[in-house]
Amino acid sequence: MEDLVSINNLNIEARTRAGTLKVVNDLSFTIKKSETLCVVGESGCGKSVTALSLMSLLPEGILNVSSGDILFDNTNLAQLSEAEIEGIRGNDISMIFQEPMTSLNPLFTVGEQVSEVIRRHKNLNKEKAWVSAVELLDAVKIPNPDKRAFDYPFQLSGGQRQRVMIAIALACQPKILIADEPTTALDVTIQAEILALINMLKQETGTAVMFITHDMAVVAQMADRVVVMHPGKKVEEGTVHEIFNNPQHEYTKSLLAAVPKLGEMASKKYPEPMRLVGEKKTKALKPIVGTNEPLLEVNNLVTRYPVKGGVLRRTVARVHAVEDVSFTIMKGKTLSLVGESGCGKSTVGRSLIRLVEPTSGDVNLDGQNILSLNQKDMREARSNIQMVFQDPFSSLNPQRPLFDQVAEPLRNYGTVKREILQEKIGDLFDRVKLPRSFMQRYPHQLSGGQRQRIAIARALALNPKLIIADEAVSALDVSVQAQVLNLMMELQVDLGLSFLFISHDMAVVERVSHDVGVMYLGRLVEIGPRQAIFRNPQHPYTQDLLKAVPIADPDKRKSERDLNFKPLPSPIHDLNYKAEPSVYRKVAKDHYVLTTDCGY
Amino acid sequence: MLLVLLVVVVLNFLMLHLAPGDIADTIAQTMGGADEQDMAELRKQYGLDQPFFIQLFNYVVRVALLDFGHSHFYNLPVFDLIMERFPATLLLVFSAQILSLFVGILLGVYAAQNPNGLSSLFVNMFSLFGYAAPVFWTGILLLIAFSLHIPIFPVSGMRDITIESGNFFVHFFDVLRHLFLPMITLASIFFAYYSRLCRASMLEVLGADFVRTAKAKGLSKKDVLLKHALKNSLSPVITFAGLSFSAVVSGAILVETVYSWPGLGTLAFNSIISRDTPVLLGILIFSTLMVTVGNLLTDLTLKALDPRIKI
Repeated sequence: MEDLVSINNLNIEARTRAGTLKVVNDLSFTIKKSETLCVVGESGCGKSVTALSLMSLLPEGILNVSSGDILFDNTNLAQLSEAEIEGIRGNDISMIFQEPMTSLNPLFTVGEQVSEVIRRHKNLNKEKAWVSAVELLDAVKIPNPDKRAFDYPFQLSGGQRQRVMIAIALACQPKILIADEPTTALDVTIQAEILALINMLKQETGTAVMFITHDMAVVAQMADRVVVMHPGKKVEEGTVHEIFNNPQHEYTKSLLAAVPKLGEMASKKYPEPMRLVGEKKTKALKPIVGTNEPLLEVNNLVTRYPVKGGVLRRTVARVHAVEDVSFTIMKGKTLSLVGESGCGKSTVGRSLIRLVEPTSGDVNLDGQNILSLNQKDMREARSNIQMVFQDPFSSLNPQRPLFDQVAEPLRNYGTVKREILQEKIGDLFDRVKLPRSFMQRYPHQLSGGQRQRIAIARALALNPKLIIADEAVSALDVSVQAQVLNLMMELQVDLGLSFLFISHDMAVVERVSHDVGVMYLGRLVEIGPRQAIFRNPQHPYTQDLLKAVPIADPDKRKSERDLNFKPLPSPIHDLNYKAEPSVYRKVAKDHYVLTTDCGY
Repeated sequence: MLLVLLVVVVLNFLMLHLAPGDIADTIAQTMGGADEQDMAELRKQYGLDQPFFIQLFNYVVRVALLDFGHSHFYNLPVFDLIMERFPATLLLVFSAQILSLFVGILLGVYAAQNPNGLSSLFVNMFSLFGYAAPVFWTGILLLIAFSLHIPIFPVSGMRDITIESGNFFVHFFDVLRHLFLPMITLASIFFAYYSRLCRASMLEVLGADFVRTAKAKGLSKKDVLLKHALKNSLSPVITFAGLSFSAVVSGAILVETVYSWPGLGTLAFNSIISRDTPVLLGILIFSTLMVTVGNLLTDLTLKALDPRIKI
């Protein structure tokens, strides 16, 4: 088939204070008409930069093409004028980005933003462009498109915003669609839907797709051909079957080996460390057996937020964030809470240490009822439960050296004498495998994974019994994620810690947990031992959630027909609403499934 | 808003009463002295013999009925006096505010396009001058320049009383000509703030993801800049403009004095000199009103600009 895009010996340099840095090194590949090419690699490997250079959108003065050329439809893009490039962008080549939350202009309605690109390239008048914008919104399956076209981006969910971005990208029937990690920021259920949508639209319109991702499972779902990149260079290229069945390059092999595959833990009773990219064998760890002694018992936890409104700012409704949730965490074990964003899993974590005040329920930590403690005793109790948050970039204070940040909990509680503080912090740095020389550094000098290690060191400082990890590895690259998870498991073995692991990533959850709870709309719909939940899911929502997880096997692709998610209903109810108690059916030992209605 | 006004009325009254001396003293002074009996008479006449809270209550009630008292200096009702001057100040304040916003945003957008270039440096220097120069000094310099060297704009007053034409436009342009210098002077401080702020917020917005989306749509530079980026970078500028509205009003007082602009500023100046308490209180109320209305306008503009803002 004919080549649509051909990139020849492309070199891209970044200008930094330290000198020029080669970001893309002698890269060549082609994209044929109507094919999907996946470019896969870890962050910093130059895959997004390549895509931006194809759009001629490299940030001026920071990144520039030093040699090589990009041919699109047999024209050399470098020889076109700015005006000619503008005529191609959004028209023949279009792009969707990673962050649906920020990629749309917040001050224009989505209808305006879709019709704008049509008016720009198709010379339609305002009314006609609006009509085709509404048709496009319908094509990307936005319900009630004629009404939603008047909505602003903030009124749409993340998944819907990404659909709008796709509508914008496909508005002018481009010859190629570049998708730069379009589902990375989305829930697994939404991801499955968006992937299916892109595949469907691709088949209908015959557009070529350049799909950029770090996730091998997504590659398996989407690609016709694959280009694997490793810092700046192409290390392997081939059809999706060649890459998955017969990888040649070491890096491709290790990348494939590192992907946690859903179901591979089915026969294993205890969590196991992640495989690391580049390491053939995982370091043997003692099995994380844990105990059957309960550490934390949560009974009928309810957390509701008031919705204020009106002139007098009175409570007019309530957000039922957590509704009648009960679970137990054993000493030395990990309980994972999974569910889509907005299902209340983070609120559960925050309620446990009363960062948000629960409405009712019991939380017993080692026999102490946490919810009845006064402020002073609560402060003491908090030293037993520590949190690690999702975003390692904003959860550390940018203006304090790391030593102070890790030492802060110790100073707050005054448990350690000043003389031995230095030594104690040094031990903590050793524990999380950071060099002690990092103690006087500032957060901006660290990578994301290193920052998350600092957050863990800070959480460990007070010798807590329980660590709540709220999406603690979601923002990290696969290989870094694996390292941080392994660290957490090692700590569990050595210190007998318990974890409440809050995550939306089913494959990671399968790897690290002893027990799993599935949440939907504030309720725990199913809870039980990991093997039981993954092998024998009982609740329809758990079944669908597991079905949505992409499988790293190109022969097991999902089509839109396999997915039937309903949009999440609103958790906001008026003041008179009476929430029903949750009633569970026992499936097997410790495995319970919700029998009452949860809205799914 | 009404609550703000009430609080201001009460506080103003308190403040002026904390100062030693009262109207009776001032009147006695202008009369060339008075004995104890006359003083008591005067105090009774102005209600100053009443207990403090009764005076306050009476005052608030009268203000609510738009009766601000009587100026003993001008021998006119305060309300009439203020109404005569108020439009002039309003004109000056709003025109200066609009001019400085317009020029500031224009310069800010211009500078943001090339943040390290010569044009950006020029805008920065220009704003630095605006920050640094005291408004009365700028005023006096402009006054000297335009009265001695290039006498194309009148340097004092608001109207040319020698014009006899009844045509509305003749008067209109006459006022505009007079307005020019005071407006520029007053605007000179604020456009400096606005241009710096607009430049900074433009730079931030130009790095945002949705600007990249706009470029990826194939929009022209102009559309990206003026449609997508500008609208998003306006809200900090508008917010700050609303907050600095009170500073514009107080700046107006200085500018009016320099250019003998017949507004509240000159009236305030004279009433302080002559201890004309009722007039001073009236002016304070009107400037409060102007600032609250200005803030309300800011909120409404922000709301119109950004659909996410709820009032």
